[in-house]
Amino acid sequence: MAELNIAERQAGDITILDMDGKVTIGEGSVALRNTIRRLLGEGKKKILLNLGSVGYIDSSGIGELVSSFTAVNKEGGSLKLLNLTQKIQDLLAITKLLTVFDVFENEGDALSSFD
Amino acid sequence: MGEKETKFSISSKIEAIDEAVQKATVFAGEAGFGDDALFGIDMAVREALANAVKHGNKLDANKNVEITLVSSAEALEILIRDFGEGFDVEEVPDPTNPENLLKASGRGILFMHNFVDKVEWKRHAEGGMIVKMTKNH
Repeated sequence: MAELNIAERQAGDITILDMDGKVTIGEGSVALRNTIRRLLGEGKKKILLNLGSVGYIDSSGIGELVSSFTAVNKEGGSLKLLNLTQKIQDLLAITKLLTVFDVFENEGDALSSFD
Repeated sequence: MGEKETKFSISSKIEAIDEAVQKATVFAGEAGFGDDALFGIDMAVREALANAVKHGNKLDANKNVEITLVSSAEALEILIRDFGEGFDVEEVPDPTNPENLLKASGRGILFMHNFVDKVEWKRHAEGGMIVKMTKNH
């Protein structure tokens, strides 16, 4: 089984990525990078990452979230985070990235924030 | 509990990191650390190995990374040695400075400090860097 599975859903013009697994150095980080690149190539610039089933992320994975965020911003879009586990929330606090990302606990709230 | 020690090495490949992390956490589990501590040990070892493999040995297949684990009644010591050119840890930029927040890398050392009680760096007399991480019981 892949380290990270990413399932894609569409809610209007917003793409939701349901991520399941680990975002760590190597395969997991690359899977996220490739998916974001493909979405931007398809003109999909409103992206919501559902991290509810991501149980583990390392500094490389955090770096990939940041790279994804900046890549989407550069294209005039926005990338937001949904359903952070306590551990990921702690890591984003340590790295002071909670001030950078828009983070939501509820999908409806997250989707309406893109308007 | 008496002192226990194990040593092993991995090649400088990203794919080798997972197995080494697993060996370290099994060793720490046997030394009596609980789930929260094991999570921290897992994170710190993963970051130290990633540094050694990528930045130390620069993914050179001819260079290994050596891991030594020592458990005692007081603590677990984790020593990770690479065979690279070494670096000055004081010169690594603080990833939490506003100008560095959006950088894609540079957070590994911060994570290491966060998940173990002590992190010490030194240059090995015969080349390379050794990082020693201590996790107290």
